[in-house]
Amino acid sequence: MGKMDMAPRLRAGLLQAVIKFREAGILVFIVALAAVVTLRTPAFLTLDNFRDILLNISILVIVALAQSMVIITRGVDLSVGSIIGLTAMMVSFVVVAFPALPGPVAMVLGMLLGMVLGSFNGVLISFGGVPPIIATLGTLSIYRGLVFWYSRGTWVNASQLPPGFRQLAKGSVLLLPNIILGAIIVVAAVYYFLRYTRTGRDIYTVGSNPDAARFAGIRVQRVIFLVYMLSGLLCGLAGVLWASRFEAAQTNTAAGFELQTVAASVVGGVNIFGGSGSVLGVVLGAFLLGTIQNALTLVGISPFWQLAAQGLLILLAVIVDSAILRRLQRFASGAQRV
Amino acid sequence: MRDQAPVMEVHHLSKHFGGVRALKDVQLELRAGEIHALLGENGAGKSTLIKIMTGFYQPDEGQLVFEGQTVHFGNTRDAQLAGIVAIYQEPSLFPDLDIAENIFVGRQPVQRGRVAWRQMYRAAAELLQQLGVALDPRTKARELSVAQQQMVEIARAISIKAKVLIMDEPTSSLTQNEVAELFAIVRQLRTTGTAIVFISHRLEELFALVDRVTVLRDGAYVATQEMEHVTTSDLIQMMVGRTLNELFPKQAVVPGPVVLQVEQLGVPGSFADISFTLRQGEIVGMAGLIGAGRTAVARTLFGIDPAVSGTIKLDGHAVSITSPQVAMALGIGYVPEDRKQQGLVLAMSIANNISLPVLSQLSSGGWLNTRREQQLAATGAQQLEVKMAGVRQQVGQLSGGNQQKVVLAKWLGTNPRVLVLDEPTRGIDVGTKAAVHRLMSSLAAQGMAILMISSELPEVLGMSDRVLVMREGRITAEFTRVEATQAKIMAAATAA
Repeated sequence: MGKMDMAPRLRAGLLQAVIKFREAGILVFIVALAAVVTLRTPAFLTLDNFRDILLNISILVIVALAQSMVIITRGVDLSVGSIIGLTAMMVSFVVVAFPALPGPVAMVLGMLLGMVLGSFNGVLISFGGVPPIIATLGTLSIYRGLVFWYSRGTWVNASQLPPGFRQLAKGSVLLLPNIILGAIIVVAAVYYFLRYTRTGRDIYTVGSNPDAARFAGIRVQRVIFLVYMLSGLLCGLAGVLWASRFEAAQTNTAAGFELQTVAASVVGGVNIFGGSGSVLGVVLGAFLLGTIQNALTLVGISPFWQLAAQGLLILLAVIVDSAILRRLQRFASGAQRV
Repeated sequence: MRDQAPVMEVHHLSKHFGGVRALKDVQLELRAGEIHALLGENGAGKSTLIKIMTGFYQPDEGQLVFEGQTVHFGNTRDAQLAGIVAIYQEPSLFPDLDIAENIFVGRQPVQRGRVAWRQMYRAAAELLQQLGVALDPRTKARELSVAQQQMVEIARAISIKAKVLIMDEPTSSLTQNEVAELFAIVRQLRTTGTAIVFISHRLEELFALVDRVTVLRDGAYVATQEMEHVTTSDLIQMMVGRTLNELFPKQAVVPGPVVLQVEQLGVPGSFADISFTLRQGEIVGMAGLIGAGRTAVARTLFGIDPAVSGTIKLDGHAVSITSPQVAMALGIGYVPEDRKQQGLVLAMSIANNISLPVLSQLSSGGWLNTRREQQLAATGAQQLEVKMAGVRQQVGQLSGGNQQKVVLAKWLGTNPRVLVLDEPTRGIDVGTKAAVHRLMSSLAAQGMAILMISSELPEVLGMSDRVLVMREGRITAEFTRVEATQAKIMAAATAA
């Protein structure tokens, strides 16, 4: 190849890199939103407020990552909110009964419990052949029903919970709140798992082409089971953190949370038809959701309107994202033709 | 090299699905370093056989012997570890993953417990280079052409160090040049001692490539022969159990008046300056490489992508075909190239599919007359000899050849005057092919005007009264049936 080729190829390469950075669109939207809100309410762009947003989205990030892994395999887990509610309630009862129980033990307990609940989903879907949306719609109700049955309709409130348990989310390490630290650890672990383990890669493989995955010798059923089990495990962790952060376990804890996790995943670029999605994208998706909520409160939109405004902004974000992507692609293919 | 001990043998293999016998007492012997064709009509049991060889199914009776040992493959992974790899007809790549990962799927190189991406990209690049394919291993599979996808699958087989490579109709959607490239690579693989099983419905291409051939019919073994000792008609006779005197039963027809006249038709970006005529009773073949714009012209004639410039005249009157509804009302039918995506609704019954374009004629007062629908479907399916359990059977359950017959029946139900067929016999077996050709010929004899897009030159030469050749969005040549030769068409289709 002669020297003449070099310039256009470099240019195309650079553009390709920008396009490959699938999350560019949503990042642009976050920055634009931040700019607009800051103009109206300077309090928005402060370190404190940034910390607030992070605190608020930590649990969402954890569960949205769980949801994304499921969606990548072409499934969906609608029972995440109920699993969170049930583990929050059960672990709270346990720590009330045994106040001396160390916080980390409570966390492990929650994760084990969530893993069992998630495994039940996994068995139904991967070995029972029940479509994911139906299986998890069923367990959404079952698990929520168990919350009422287990608690007999009562709540666990702040005064009952031992201080050690409350400290789990409230405490901090080197100024970094534990709950944010927890989310960061989960993000790193999921990133490593999806990127650097064969099992993690199998999740994409199965979602991208399930039939071919079978031909390629991948144990598809096992992979499907695994994502629901992992989803349960992360929801169990989220349930413990939820009870600790809000210092309460209620019968309706995290009810409806599944929709937020799906929204964060999809806004973050996870393909709803499976096969693709990145950890960074999901984190940004959750961050955008948190930012929107925070901004609407700061700007002083009436709570009655917040939900609708939130939905509107989410739609806008997805549209802006795909428009930017398409523009870039067209630009790049033009550059390649040169 | 050819007379080595067999690398794989199949003995007395039988397999049933429910009450249906798919294979009975089938045998096969593969030697290292040979290219072995596996022939048979659709439903002859080829797919079942290769799925047993690759561990996807387990046999009811019989055994597989691999390198002298009797083996049992519990799943595809076992077979792959032994070195038996199949490239299936349907591309089995992962569109969301890049080339490197597609090559090493499920076997990604791991270093210190983590997937070693850099090593994987390096290995993939080396494999691609070895195959002479200029592709970046970071390219996502969804951006690749069919031919490129196949190269990735071959690279995958090489990386597994396959001792037996099974290729199920690898050439069915390739252009002539791509086929030549593929053959070169297959021959290169043969020199490394790989045994290659090659399945194809294009008999003529096998003679240039294959060492031995095994034929199956109705799930049973017919014969294994040295390729140099057989002729095309021998093979056809073995496959169908009777002689097909005429693969291309073209009836001589005196063309009637011009039905369709196209003048300087153009759609920017896909084709320009397309002029031709189509007479009553005529079959006009349209040859060219894939991507020459033939399908784009067909889509414009059917109103999917309406013309931007030029005129279309039907019976001498200029018409404006702005949508498929308009085209159908004018009596133009279009059988698309990709029957699964565009030609059929796989989840619906045969009857529902056939009645789709004529639903309004079958309905009164907004209600569908299902009895008339079933009648229409039964007549159409019978006329085309669709092998089915009944018109209520789901189309998705039929074989490829029978699906194509349903697509044809669907359009014949509309009684079109002009029928555009896009690759009407791609990927269907010899017996069905001949049936489709017979049907085309008799439709033309009844006065239908047929435009047939085909990438198979023998089909173009055998079926057409006239041949148009397209290249890069333009018509570059027109030949009469007498003038047309393979060489002339190829010269016009590729850059002169």
